[in-house]
This record gives sequence, C-alpha cells and structure tokens, in this order.
Amino acid sequence: MIKTMAKKAKASWDGFSLKPRRQMPEGLWIKCPGCEKLLFKKAVTDNQDICPECNYHFRIGAADRIKYLVDEGSFEQYLTQMVTTDPLNFHFRGTTYKERAKASEKVSAGKEAILVGKAFIKGRPVMLAVMDFNYLGGSMGAVVGEKLCVAIEKAIVESLPLVVVSSTGGARMHEGVVSLAQMAKTSAALAKLDDHGGLFISVLTDPTTGGVTASFAMLGDVIIAEPGALIGFAGARTIYETIKVELPKGFQRAEFLLEHGFVDMIVHRKELRSEIARLIDYCGKNQT
Amino acid sequence: MAHKKVNIGKGDYLAFEDTIADIDSQISELTRLSSVKGIDYSAEIQKLQRRQVAEFGRIYSNLTAWQTVQVARHPKRPLLGEYLNLMVKDFRQLHGDRCFGDDAAIVCGTGHIGREKVLIVGQNKGRDTKEKIKCNFGCPNPEGYRKALAKMKFAEKFNIPVVTLIDTPGAYPGIGAEERGQAQAIAVNLMEMSRLRVPIICIVIGEGGSGGALGIGVGDKMAILEYAYYSVISPEGCAAILWRDGTKAQEAAEALKLTSKELHRLGIADAIIAEPLGGAHRNTHDAVYNVEQYIIRTLRELKRMSIDNLLEDRYKKLRAIGTASTMMLPLDDTEKKIEIAASKIIEAGQIKPISTTPVEV
Repeated sequence: MIKTMAKKAKASWDGFSLKPRRQMPEGLWIKCPGCEKLLFKKAVTDNQDICPECNYHFRIGAADRIKYLVDEGSFEQYLTQMVTTDPLNFHFRGTTYKERAKASEKVSAGKEAILVGKAFIKGRPVMLAVMDFNYLGGSMGAVVGEKLCVAIEKAIVESLPLVVVSSTGGARMHEGVVSLAQMAKTSAALAKLDDHGGLFISVLTDPTTGGVTASFAMLGDVIIAEPGALIGFAGARTIYETIKVELPKGFQRAEFLLEHGFVDMIVHRKELRSEIARLIDYCGKNQT
Repeated sequence: MAHKKVNIGKGDYLAFEDTIADIDSQISELTRLSSVKGIDYSAEIQKLQRRQVAEFGRIYSNLTAWQTVQVARHPKRPLLGEYLNLMVKDFRQLHGDRCFGDDAAIVCGTGHIGREKVLIVGQNKGRDTKEKIKCNFGCPNPEGYRKALAKMKFAEKFNIPVVTLIDTPGAYPGIGAEERGQAQAIAVNLMEMSRLRVPIICIVIGEGGSGGALGIGVGDKMAILEYAYYSVISPEGCAAILWRDGTKAQEAAEALKLTSKELHRLGIADAIIAEPLGGAHRNTHDAVYNVEQYIIRTLRELKRMSIDNLLEDRYKKLRAIGTASTMMLPLDDTEKKIEIAASKIIEAGQIKPISTTPVEV
C-alpha cells in the first residue's frame, strides 16, 4: 500500500525532471505538455516556442533565446573558443567528462553552457550572458564562471547593464569543487558590479536550480522569471527522498517563487524584450 | 565534555581499521591477563603499541577518498561544540536571524581565540540523537544563513575578524527551506562575504557539503583538516546522478577529488591542518589545538594588512579559482578560412573590422 502511495506521489509531480523534456520531436506535429493538444510545430516555433493555445513556454536553447531576445544580428559574442581543461580528469561508467562535453556540443549553441557578449535590446546596449541547457544541462563549471566574470567586468568597464538568462541544472559535478567555487567567484564579481552601481537583470527560465540559483541567479537587482519555470535550490526528487512528503502542486514553479517573494515579476516570453528595455530606461542605464 | 582522548569502542573502528582493532583487542587482553595473573606483559604491550602506531601511519597516509569521507563522518569526530569548548574563551552565543527564527544548525557567537577577539560562525551536526534532531543533523535552513550574515555584519561594524567552522552534509532540502529561499540566502551570503570589511578565515572541520558549506565558506583564507572533505555534491548524490546507482558512492568519491590534498593542489584550500595519528576523533585535544594555532597564526598575518589590500587579495583569490581550468581552443579550419577571408577584405578596405564575430542565430 505504501508502495502504491509512493507511486501516486511520484505521478503527481509536475515535471521535476531536469532532463530536457520531449519538446521538439522529429516531425511536423508536437504535443503541448501544458494543454496536451496536438500542435503544428511551425506554429509553435513561429510563436517563440510558446503554445498558442495555453501559453505553455517550451524549454529553449541559447540560440533561440538570443534570437527572441536581442535585436536581430546584434549579438557580438566573446570567448567563443573557451573550453574546459577537465581539472579532475573525470571519468565515470566507462565514459569521460570530455566525451560527454563533446557529445553535448552537437546540440548546443556554443562550445560551453553559456554564451556571453554584447548585444542590443530594443536599441539599448547590454552585456548579455545566456546559459544553454542543451550543453551538459546548462551546468556551471570553470568556463561558465570565467566567461560570466569576464562579462561582468566588461559591464563594469563599459558601464553597460548586465542581463543574465539562466537555464541550468546547477554546478557541474564533473569539475567537483572547482565548479562549486564558481558560485563564490561569480557572486564576488557581482558584488563589484553592485559597488560600481551597475544594473543587473537576472532572468530565470526553465529550469534554474542548484548552485546557479544559490549564486548569481538570485542576486539580480531585478529578478524576472518566465511563466511556469522551475526554479529552486534542491531538486524535487532530493526533497522527496529526504522528507518523504508529497510536494505541493506547483512547487518550485515561477508562480510559487513570486508568491513567496523571491522574484520581482513573471514576464511572458514575448514581452521580455520590452520589459528589459523599460527597466534599463527606468534605472537610467540607457546609453544611446 | 573535554576528554583528553576519545575512547574508541568496538563498533567505532572503520572498516579499513581491522588491523588496528586487532592490536587493540590484543593489548586489552594482555592488560587483563597481567592484572588477573600478575604477570608483567609490559614489554609485549609496548611492542604492540609500536606496531599500532606504524599501522596507523601506514593506513592513514594512504586513505582513499571514500575512506576519508568515512573518517570525516566518524560519529566520534570532534564537532563544533568541542572546538568552542576547547579553543574559544568567553564564548557567548548570539541567536536569531531577526526575520524568521533561530537555526541551531548554525551557531554564531562572540569570543576570543588566543588573544584575538573573533566572531565564530560554525555548523553543528549534534552529538546525541536529541541534539542531532534539534540542529537538523547539521543541515542549515535559510534562517541559519541569514543569521550568520547578520552576525557577520555586526562583526564588520565593530571591526572583529570572522572565523567560520564548516561541518555540514549540505543545506537542508525541505519544503520550508525552499519556501523561505534557501538559494537566495546562500547567494546573498556569497556576495556579502566576498566584500565584508573584516578578515574571514574558513576552516572545514568535517564535512564540507556543497553550497551548504560554501554559504559560510567565502573568505581570505580557506583551510581544511587533513581528513575532512569538501565537495560540490555528496558522493552518494553524485553516484545516483552520474552512475545512476547510489551504491557507487565509493567510485564517485574518488572521481570528485574531494580530499584535502586534492583541494590544496587545485588551489581551493590554502592550507591543510594536520590531524593527530589515526584522525581527529582519536585525540580531540590535539586536533583542536592544531586548528587554534592555525587561526592565531593566520589572524596575525591578516591583521597586518590594510583592509583595502585584504579585500583586493580576497577578490583576486576568488576570481582566479578555475581560470587555470579553462583554455582557448584555436579556431578550427573553417573558422580560420573565414577569418583569413575577412582579414583580406578588411585589408582591401572594403569593410571596417569588428572586434568579435557575431554568433549565427
């Protein structure tokens, strides 16, 4: 009986998994996980990967994110060739970290889990960092920490507002405590930005969990979340296994965080551009 | 509370300490016989003790990562309470985060170490069941981190250095913890500790469990006890995710490179604090003494620096971690061709150069 209860509890979780959801299978038609309607794939991609029926926000990679967010062709990327040296020489189950990283590259937008660079959003120059969940679950290792720090420092030097779009499972286990230290490193760099009066807009998208949430993602002057995004510290499975209590509905969703006071606003993907532009203007950080 | 030596009972030997347990039982058997029969076995006992010391040296100089984790989690390992009792004079606890409550997993208070005034922030796992439950087995809730920050701000105001003693399996993963913003509480601590205007010394005394440890673990100096560990995730957690099998924790521990030696090599730990023969749990006094001496020495060193230099060094240190673990790949062939073509066009004066190539989206 207990077993069946546990099964029921498991079934009632709404998407705790950090694995990429089946979002864009091959073919012309896809099923929306929100309203379970069958949708014409092109209708969804033309709609910024949002379900036209129920406004479900599909999980998207960094390339799509940049396409939807910045002025067309305005993204000038830095440090595209930066990769990890695999500090721990990590290998597991007959494979290695390097092999996994190589395999990830095929589906990701860049050579690492974050793209940084200068871009324009509605004509306003920003320093932009976009995490890519397609690359090893968007996890933060030495390269992510380093690239983000470079972006933060450039934002300080050039007095640009910083926009970071998070989409991540957390710290990268394959780099052990080096990846853990990136939490401190990025937070320290953000403290510098803060001391210089720089504006930092943190955008939390599906999913933002673990060490990234517990560092830079939660340090924005303004924190914006996408509707329905999974945002939290511990994974739902870990919590369930620790306390063995069924998790409340909508637990760790953007709306849950808004209710508990940890995000400033939830913004629809299509309005993200104008919302960020408005914030930049409001804070007097518009240089053009 | 402050015993000079912790008596290790039969069940307290770790799995790899068979030979030591053997020698111990032989010694106690001989002592028993000598008192019962009145025969002098002291020469034999001495011989056994010498063998045991050699055996300790042999085992403990070659601990595997997983064995280190076992030592760090030993039920008799000195906890925060012992450190406070033995090395902090005039300790007064400061409670509460002024927002929600008081978390017993993080203990803050004023006191003196050596001749220096310090603010202590430490994580407590609890010795007996009652205490363990009270302090949540050393897993802090958000109010614990907020309390720590509030007390550190207090120390900053009165120019008192901060010493943090880290010993936690990790920040608590619970519904309440998420509702009250575990991630946000840790994040704010990282940011504020990186610019706190007093010296901060962080010491891992037992388990350094991920973000839960880092939440009070940002400072000028980071030291780790010889058989403590510090990791991004528990070996069990890593095994469950990467090996898809929680029982492969042993392999995961090796792969995670979480021992003091590795951390020092990676530049995470500035110093390794030696433990007594056979681990801190075999001689609490000596273990605490070594930590105390490290703190006194390091405080003296840090207090000599001006606060601005200190902060600059702290930032440089944090900023540098992991930089050496990155490298720039040379551009691959197609990219090179494009670069060359572009440079030719630029040379021909057809277009202006741009600093970086925009990504294709």
